Amino acid sequence: MAGLAAAFGSGAMTNSIEELEYTNLILATGTNTTENHPVIGMKIKRAVRQHGTKLIVIDPRKIDLVKYADIWLCQKPGTDVAVFNGLMNVIIAEGLYAKQYVEERTEGFEALKATVEKYTPEYVENISSVPADDLRRAARLYAKANKASIIYAMGLTQHISGTDNVKTIANLAMLCGNVGIEGGGVNPLRGQNNVQGACDMGGLPNVYPAYQQVANEDSRKKFEAAWGANLSPKPGLTLMEIMNAAGSGQVKALYIMGENPLMSDPDLHHVKEELKKLDLLIVQDIFFTETAQIADVVLPSASFAEKDGTFTNTERRVQRIRKAVAAPGEAKPDWEIIGGIATQMGYPMQYSSAQQIFEEITSVTPSYAGITYRRIEKEGLQWPCPTNDHRGTKFLHKDRFSRGRGLFHAIEFIPPAELPDADFPLILSTGRVIYHYHTGTMTRRSQGPSERCPESLVEINPFDADKLGISEGQMVKVTSRRGTLQARAQITGKSPQGAIFMNFHFAEAAVNLLTNPVLDPTGKIPEYKVCAVKIEAA
Amino acid sequence: MEKKILITIDGKEIAAKPGQTILESATENGIFIPTLCHYSRTTNVGACRVCVVEVEKARSLIASCCMPVSPGMVIRTDTKQVRDAQKMIVELLWSSGDHNCLTCEQNGQCELQNLIYWLKIEEPRFLINSPGIALENSNTMIQRDLNKCVLCGRCIRACNEIQVNEVLDFSMRGSRAKVGPAFDADYIDSSCVFCGECLQVCPTGAITYKQAKFAGRPWEVDKVKTTCTYCGVGCQMDLFVHEGKIVKVSGNREHGKPNEGSLCVKGRFGMDFIAHPDRLQKPLIRRSKNEDLKEASWEEAYQFVADKLTAAKKASGADSIAGLSSARCTNEENYLFQKFMRAVIGTNNVDHCARL
Repeated sequence: MAGLAAAFGSGAMTNSIEELEYTNLILATGTNTTENHPVIGMKIKRAVRQHGTKLIVIDPRKIDLVKYADIWLCQKPGTDVAVFNGLMNVIIAEGLYAKQYVEERTEGFEALKATVEKYTPEYVENISSVPADDLRRAARLYAKANKASIIYAMGLTQHISGTDNVKTIANLAMLCGNVGIEGGGVNPLRGQNNVQGACDMGGLPNVYPAYQQVANEDSRKKFEAAWGANLSPKPGLTLMEIMNAAGSGQVKALYIMGENPLMSDPDLHHVKEELKKLDLLIVQDIFFTETAQIADVVLPSASFAEKDGTFTNTERRVQRIRKAVAAPGEAKPDWEIIGGIATQMGYPMQYSSAQQIFEEITSVTPSYAGITYRRIEKEGLQWPCPTNDHRGTKFLHKDRFSRGRGLFHAIEFIPPAELPDADFPLILSTGRVIYHYHTGTMTRRSQGPSERCPESLVEINPFDADKLGISEGQMVKVTSRRGTLQARAQITGKSPQGAIFMNFHFAEAAVNLLTNPVLDPTGKIPEYKVCAVKIEAA
Repeated sequence: MEKKILITIDGKEIAAKPGQTILESATENGIFIPTLCHYSRTTNVGACRVCVVEVEKARSLIASCCMPVSPGMVIRTDTKQVRDAQKMIVELLWSSGDHNCLTCEQNGQCELQNLIYWLKIEEPRFLINSPGIALENSNTMIQRDLNKCVLCGRCIRACNEIQVNEVLDFSMRGSRAKVGPAFDADYIDSSCVFCGECLQVCPTGAITYKQAKFAGRPWEVDKVKTTCTYCGVGCQMDLFVHEGKIVKVSGNREHGKPNEGSLCVKGRFGMDFIAHPDRLQKPLIRRSKNEDLKEASWEEAYQFVADKLTAAKKASGADSIAGLSSARCTNEENYLFQKFMRAVIGTNNVDHCARL
C-alpha cells in the first residue's frame, strides 16, 4: 500500500472488479487468483475465454492462470524489480510509451529512464532467467493494449523489496497511460475480507480514519474534539515492531482482537518467546487459537454471521453484514466488548447498534461521509463517496492523481535477503491453497474444505524430487536456519526447479517456523516468498 | 437512440431491442413464457423446448429462448398447440426420471415440479422409467442423483461459462446421455474445485447441497443476505437459517456486484465453523502466570482488563500498551478499537495483519 500511496497518493485498488472482465489486457503478477480470490479468478478466465482479453502472467509458479495466459514469464523468486524494469526498458527503447500522458500527468520520468536503461532483456535474463525474447513480447503486448489492468497480491509484496515491487508496477502502468482509465489501473487484491476497511478505519499506527495523519496537528485537533480526549502526536509501532518491543520489555500489555500472530507471523519460535514476556496479553477471538492459549485474558466474540456491521471489499465497496443466528453462549460482538472495557475504564462507549457506530464513522471519515446503512441496503457503495447524493467511485485518479502528478520511482533491483546456498539449496515460498483460509481456524473446522485438503503438502518440482530421491506422498523434513517441520511431498510441475511451496494453514506443519522475519523497510512486510531451506526424507 | 423492432406478442404491440430474443422481450414486457434449460447468465441453447411459441408464417413451433426478434413478427404464447407441445415435453421429462418429490431436497423450489403444476398435468401418459443410476454420495458437499437430471445442461454451462472451471460436460449419447466430469468420475475424483455453481443452477433435485439435506425445507428457512467473511472480494451471499442454525449457503440471487451470484468453495461450504463446538463461549482469565485460564463472568473480565490496563498505563506510560485490530472484524469494530487505543489508552500503537 505504501508503494501505491507514494506513486499515486492513494493506497487502494484503483479500479473495480467488474472492469477486469471487459479490459483489453490483464497483467497478473504475484497473485494465484483462481485459488486465493476464486471469484475474481473466474472473471479473468471469462475475460480470456469469452471477451478476447489478453493475459500476461508473471509468476515463478505454474499457477492455474498460466493455462489461460498468452505469455507466462517465469522469473526466479524475488527478481520482480528486474523483470519490470526490463519491460520498461523495452517499452522506452522502442518508443511504445504514452508520451503525452507521461508529460502531462506524471513526474520523475527522466530518472526512471536513466535507471531502466541498463535493464536490457539480456541483462534481465541473467538475473531472472526470463528469456529475453519473451520479455520483449510481453512488453510489446502490454504497451500496445488500449487499456490494461495490472493485478497483484502478496506474491509481489511479501519480499524485502515489496514496496519497491509495487512502485515498479505503478511505474509500468503510468508509463503506458493505464492509470485513471476504466479497465486499467494497478489493483492490489486484498487477501482478507476487511483488510481495506481496517486500514480505512485507522487500524494503523500513523493514521486516523481515512488516512488522516496522527502527526498532523489539524487532524489531531479534529479527532480530539470529536472524541473528547487528548491524543498522542507520536506515530505508534507497527505489528512487527510491537512484537519486538514485547520481547525487549518496552511493550508490557497487548490487546489482540481477531488475530492469530502465533500462526501468521514469521519465525514463530521467536514470536512465542516475545509474547510470553508480556505482563498482560488479552486475546479476543471466536476460537481458542494458538495465541489465545498463552493469553492472560480470553474474550469470546461473535462471528460475522452473529452480528451487524459493514466490511469494505478490495475494490473499496462498503457492504453490509447482517445477523443471521445468535452467538454461542455468552459470546458478544467485538464492538460491544471494546465498549465494555472502555466504559469500565471511565470512558463511556455505549452504542445501541453497529449502525450508530457507523454514523459516528461517517462524521469523521470524509471518504465515507455519504454512505448510510439505508443507501447500502441492496448494493454496496465504493469510496470515495463524500456526500449523500454521490454515487461512489468506480475508478480512482481520473484526470488527476490523488497527489497531483503521478510520481515515477527509479528503482534498482536488490536480491532477496536469504538466497539458497550449499547448506540450504532450495527456495521456500509460502501462500494459501483454495480450500483453506489463512491460519485455518475456520476452514479446518469445516467438513467440506478439510475433506478436499486434509493436510499440508510440500510442492516440489519433479527434477528436484528425483535428485533428492523423494517420491510422491512421502513424508519429508523441511529445515531452515530457524526451524524444522515435517509434511507430505507432492511432486508437481507447478513448482519451478529449485523452489518449493508450502501453505500456512496447518498448525501441525506451521510453515512460519521456517520463514525469515526480515522486513521490507517501508511496508514492514516479512519476506514470506523467499527463504532458503533444505529438504530430506523424514 | 438505438432503433427498436416492432413485434406483436399475444396481441400486444411491443418495441423490442435489436438482438433480443423473443423470450427476453416477452419477459421484459411482463408476458410469461415457461422455461427450463434457460439460464440468463449463460448462452441460450434451446435444449429443452419448453419455451416454444407460435410465430406466424413459421413452419413449426419456435424455441423463444433462441430466436431473435425480427420486424413485424406476430407471436402467440398461449395457444392450444403451444400448451400441448409443452405438456408433451414435460411429461416425457417426468417419465424418463425418478422424480420422487417426497424426499427431494428441491421440493417446493423445483422448476420441473413448478412446470408440471403450472401446466396442470395430473400424471404423465407414459410409463415412468427411471435410469437407475446410483446416487453419488462420495463427498460431503455436493450430492448428485442423476435420476432426477433433465439434461438441461445448466450445470455444464455454469461450470464452463460462469466459473470457467471446465470440469463438466455431457457424456454418452441419446437415452444414455449423462452430465458430469471427464471419464464419468465422481466429483471428488475429478478436477472439480467445489465452487457449487452447478448445484445453484440445477433446476431439479439432481445436484444438491448435501449438508442441507433434511435440515429444513425451502419454505421453513429464513434467508439472510450478508457479505462473505473469507477473502477480500466481498461476495454477497444468502445464509439459509433454520431453527437458529445455518443450514445452507448460496450466492445472493439478486446477482448484484461484485460476484453476481457466484461463490467459491470456502464461501459455500466453509461455514461449519460458526456452529462448531470449539467456539469460545465464556470469558477466561489467568489470574497469575503459573495458573490455568479459568472461566469468568463478563463483569469480572471487564474489571480485570480495565484494572490491568490502567495499572500498566500508570506504571509505564500509554506507549507500553499496544493493540492489534483485525482485518477480519467489521469497520465499526476497527473504528472503535483504534478509538479505544488512541482516546482511552492514549497511544498510537495500533496495527493489524494487513501485511501478512
